[in-house]
Amino acid sequence: MKSARSMKRFMKFAGVPLAIFSIVLVVPFVNGVYYTFTDWDGFETTKLVGFSNYAESFQDPTFWSTLRFTALFVVVSLVLVNAVAFGLALIVTSKLKSANFLRTFFFVPNLVGGVVLGVIWQFIFNSAIVALANKYDWELFKQSWLQDTNKAFWALIIVTVWQSSGYMMIVYITGLISIENDVLEASQIDGASPLRTLFTIKIPLMAQAFTIALFLTLRGGFMAYDVNVALTGGGPFRTTELISLHIFQDAFANGNFGTGQSKAVVMFLIVALAALVQVTVSKRYEVQR
Amino acid sequence: MSTRARWGKRTTFLVGYTLAFAYVFPFFLVFVNSLKLKYDILANPLAIPLSITWENFQQAYTKMNFFRSLTNSIIITVFSVSLLIIFSSMLAYYLARTKTKLTKYIFLVLVASMIVPFQALMIPFMARFAQFVSWNNRGALIFFYIGFGVALSTFLYHGFISTIPTEIDEAASIDGASDMVAFWKIIFPMMRPITATVAIINALWIWNDFLLPRLVLTNETQTLPLSTYLFYGQYSIEYGQAMAGLVLAVIPIVIFYLVLQKQFISGISQGAVK
Repeated sequence: MKSARSMKRFMKFAGVPLAIFSIVLVVPFVNGVYYTFTDWDGFETTKLVGFSNYAESFQDPTFWSTLRFTALFVVVSLVLVNAVAFGLALIVTSKLKSANFLRTFFFVPNLVGGVVLGVIWQFIFNSAIVALANKYDWELFKQSWLQDTNKAFWALIIVTVWQSSGYMMIVYITGLISIENDVLEASQIDGASPLRTLFTIKIPLMAQAFTIALFLTLRGGFMAYDVNVALTGGGPFRTTELISLHIFQDAFANGNFGTGQSKAVVMFLIVALAALVQVTVSKRYEVQR
Repeated sequence: MSTRARWGKRTTFLVGYTLAFAYVFPFFLVFVNSLKLKYDILANPLAIPLSITWENFQQAYTKMNFFRSLTNSIIITVFSVSLLIIFSSMLAYYLARTKTKLTKYIFLVLVASMIVPFQALMIPFMARFAQFVSWNNRGALIFFYIGFGVALSTFLYHGFISTIPTEIDEAASIDGASDMVAFWKIIFPMMRPITATVAIINALWIWNDFLLPRLVLTNETQTLPLSTYLFYGQYSIEYGQAMAGLVLAVIPIVIFYLVLQKQFISGISQGAVK
């Protein structure tokens, strides 16, 4: 009697969402891992093949260059997005009259999806800057940045920082305003300089905000796809493909479902491991209040 | 105020405004050029147009099927977000109030699933759902969004429900309300702040999403980001029209933001703390 009632309650409240969650997420995930050990061609599997899909993936030199490019992108964007976002949060929480007004502006790029932002910057890098460079003779910009692998990397970083810093700024603002005023007053009375207060009081007390923002940028960096497609499209010559785009191309453009999926599983393992390490390390710096 | 503090304030002011200018400048550039003729854009992208032309907007509006993609975006976002709110608030309520080993385990799986990148399952995903997608791709997309969004939304609701005292549920059940009635009439209205957060975070994600719609939708059911991308790809040589298309793509969400600015910011900071 009691278990029948609790079963009914489970079905009423949790049945539908859990069913959809399993169908959409759990089943394809388990499937996907299984497929990598078979000769799956996108339609059917005939036999188990062990680790050969993985072996083949790692023999692909473009996969290695994509991994290197992605790692560099993740590290550089993580550092810059968070440094800029924290700076913006400091500006917006200083006792400036127009702080709210500024906050509105900083957040705007975040509203617009990566594809539209990527396309806007493609116009800027390919046309607007080049036209100006020829007019005013700026050597650095005469050739579009998107046609050179190294410069295209920085173009990707610029757009990513511009897009994500507004969101992370909000996370940092939340952290900064959660610090109790009496702690700050005490440090002021003790004669601590603003810089000293920032590093020994504010940052340790808001370490949780760093944990969250670092986690979000880490995950965002590995999953970046929209800006990549719209800004560089992976070019020139597939040298600026981040891992998402690489997997997409491998599977949907070249029809390599087996290796594409094993690269996707590798990506999952890297993301999970990196996030786990980051959260564990960040948590250690959090102060219990 | 000391001289030093005043200088500090001036520097902050200056840096703040310079940065704010830099943040909106790309949008400004796009807007200015959407009003110009092609030749004027290449001559000097920075110049303010001497004669304004709306021709670009008319062309872009028709060529990117603006009205149709806007409608598709609205339909898909509204349905997905509403269903996500309904399902995840109920699921979170159940998981937070029924304390068994099973609910604890389910909650852990949901939290862990948030680390799985979509790219890790998109390939088997598309193979498995090809038929469903070809039958009704907008419906399928909404269904997928519920599946992908339910974990984070449930997580946010779960944190909030834990702060509502259980005495309220008990009082309702003593008064004879069924658990469904108690939930929708009493608990759900109390969760307004977190519902706003869930709505905004999911709406921003779904409105701007590109990869999943690109895999799932066809020409007739394109959302705004998709049609913008395809339009730009085709007409990027026609700078003026391409710029007008971008302005059209940006306007709806920016208006929405300016109207609901407070809710946006507080919604995101609420979501960040959890």
